[in-house]
Amino acid sequence: MDIHEYQAKELLANFGVAVPRGGVAYSAEQAVYRAAEIGGTRWAVKAQIHSGARGKAGGIKLCTTEDQVRKAATELLGKRLVTHQTGPEGKVVHRLYVEAAVPIERELYIGFVLDRKTERIMLVAHPHGGMEIEEIAKSEPETILRQSMEPAVGMQAFQAREIAYGLGLPAGSVNRMVAMLLGCHRAFRDLDATMVEINPLVLTQDGQLLALDAKMGFDDNALFRRPTVSELRDHAEEDPREAQAAEHGLNYVALDGEIGCIINGAGLAMATMDMIKHAGGSPANFLDVGGGASPERVAMAFKLVLQDGKVGAMLVNIFAGINRCDWVANGVVQAVREVGVKVPLVVRLAGTNVEEGRTIITESGLPIISADSLADAAEKVVAAWRTAKGN
Amino acid sequence: MAILINELSRILVQGFTGDKATFHSQKMIEYGSKVVGGVTPGKGGQTHIGLPVFNTVKDAVDAVYPDASIIFVPGAFCADAIMEAADAGIKLVCCITDGIPAQDMMMVKRYLRRYPKEKRTTLIGPNCAGIISPGKSMLGIMPGHIYKAGTVGLVTRSGTLGYEAASQLKDLGIGVSTSVGIGGDPVNGSSFLDMLERFEVDPETEAVMMIGEIGGPQEAEAAMWVKENMRKPVIGYVAGLTAPRGRRMGHAGAIISAFGDTAAEKSEIMRSLGLAVAPSPAELGKAVAEALAKKPPRKKLVTR
Repeated sequence: MDIHEYQAKELLANFGVAVPRGGVAYSAEQAVYRAAEIGGTRWAVKAQIHSGARGKAGGIKLCTTEDQVRKAATELLGKRLVTHQTGPEGKVVHRLYVEAAVPIERELYIGFVLDRKTERIMLVAHPHGGMEIEEIAKSEPETILRQSMEPAVGMQAFQAREIAYGLGLPAGSVNRMVAMLLGCHRAFRDLDATMVEINPLVLTQDGQLLALDAKMGFDDNALFRRPTVSELRDHAEEDPREAQAAEHGLNYVALDGEIGCIINGAGLAMATMDMIKHAGGSPANFLDVGGGASPERVAMAFKLVLQDGKVGAMLVNIFAGINRCDWVANGVVQAVREVGVKVPLVVRLAGTNVEEGRTIITESGLPIISADSLADAAEKVVAAWRTAKGN
Repeated sequence: MAILINELSRILVQGFTGDKATFHSQKMIEYGSKVVGGVTPGKGGQTHIGLPVFNTVKDAVDAVYPDASIIFVPGAFCADAIMEAADAGIKLVCCITDGIPAQDMMMVKRYLRRYPKEKRTTLIGPNCAGIISPGKSMLGIMPGHIYKAGTVGLVTRSGTLGYEAASQLKDLGIGVSTSVGIGGDPVNGSSFLDMLERFEVDPETEAVMMIGEIGGPQEAEAAMWVKENMRKPVIGYVAGLTAPRGRRMGHAGAIISAFGDTAAEKSEIMRSLGLAVAPSPAELGKAVAEALAKKPPRKKLVTR
């Protein structure tokens, strides 16, 4: 789960991370009020969407008068921002964060991630902030500083000092940096984060260290014990179909192809999508109905997939392990009758009681195309999609 | 022989009296697995599906001598259950449950390392289908009948894609020595490499198929190890060619976030290190058959 910049800053501030003064705004009036509250003469008005690179997309505006703040806020609210992380459809801005703009001496990068190679929390730091760390990792990997945290004891102060000196900070700022790094690590650990990124972390002209931007991601598997985090979920940022799927315990990811998929198991789902591509088609979605594949879940899955207007043909691929194919077949037939599928539908069943399952599909009298193997299923659905499209 | 489990394995079920655990315990017993009892705190002393229930794993170890356990307890309590089994000296723990916090798994792995190597517990999973040595024993939730007994080792992240591979092999008359589901989480108990090491020294295994997914460095690490150390042929496949960057494809670990995470990159790494790579998921069985055909016939062991 991702959260907004202002939410990440609020959380991190509780762990002793210094952030510029700021406040959230939902309207231009609120933005102006926030600016007055913060005081000073320089503010940044920042669009709050779940994406990095908002500055490049025109989502951050520097203002020196309250009129400018009002103008910037009016312009940003309701605007659709497109960054390389949002995809071409972009994201609509519903919230703003108004922040005191600070005089910057230096920009740095720090990020905490869950490193899969070492299976530990890892700190990554770089003396130049404001850039994409992925780019730096490619172009000059030797300039990146790293520290890996021992899970039993967590981050130690010496590790933070090594980073602070490694970044070449002035003597007066080292202790501030140590406090900031230890605070970020505590937040990561205590809130079950998967990422804490401060980019840029700025050194101000008066020697302060401030988190100018902050990004946090959280482990969905741990939300049950982090109510303070889960209440920060912003439903407007999520794909409505994906959210709906999650409510029903289904895993759905919208893609840009035209062949709808319903499959049990994440690995088999990915393999089936690969097979569709191999056969010359393109999947409209990833959908894992899970181990159960009960009639209700299958029906829900059909509804979700068919909400996508692009879908020109559908493939159901169920490898019945624990469930028997006859039971799954009944579910498919019931779902097709209930939902009303108007596009060609290919069903491939495998596993326990496969013959009985196929008989149920055939005898249902529904226009369902039956397939024997993964290859057969992919070829048939791509052929059916081509015919339906008329090419 | 096979790896991890065989007909002698004595199985303990943690979270024994829950619905899923009950169902799958019965399936394991039907398959021929030697289930010796289970643990549900608070229900010690009762009998469940004809087997004794214990309050703690230590009580079970003292009474029925299990050497393997399978865990069905909810995700929030799994770390505790795994550490309890390890502390009681159970050598093999298979965790079926999904939804375990990643940081819990980090702690678990750190905890397992507190025991000297010869006493250390091997953890398989979490979020996996388990282990089966066809014809011998099943420590998992897979449909046992789709596996033919034989000489190909199978190691996969995904459960159902593993079933697909096993049934393609069976259709070609090829059997499996042991199939291991290592699970779809970013931090898991055993890696592809851990299983390849075991298959390499298992006299019953002639070739190994490893089926990976997008995300994480495990497939590439395993492929490098294969090139340096493995004499048996290894056939690979990586699912997720069509997966977009930054989106989680069902499994918590199936997400392209770093360089080398994509299916295309991983397949290329495997190929460059000399592994045979199945051209599509419909040709998993065929790729194994081809690799076996190329392999020089092994000398039969002379036994008296």
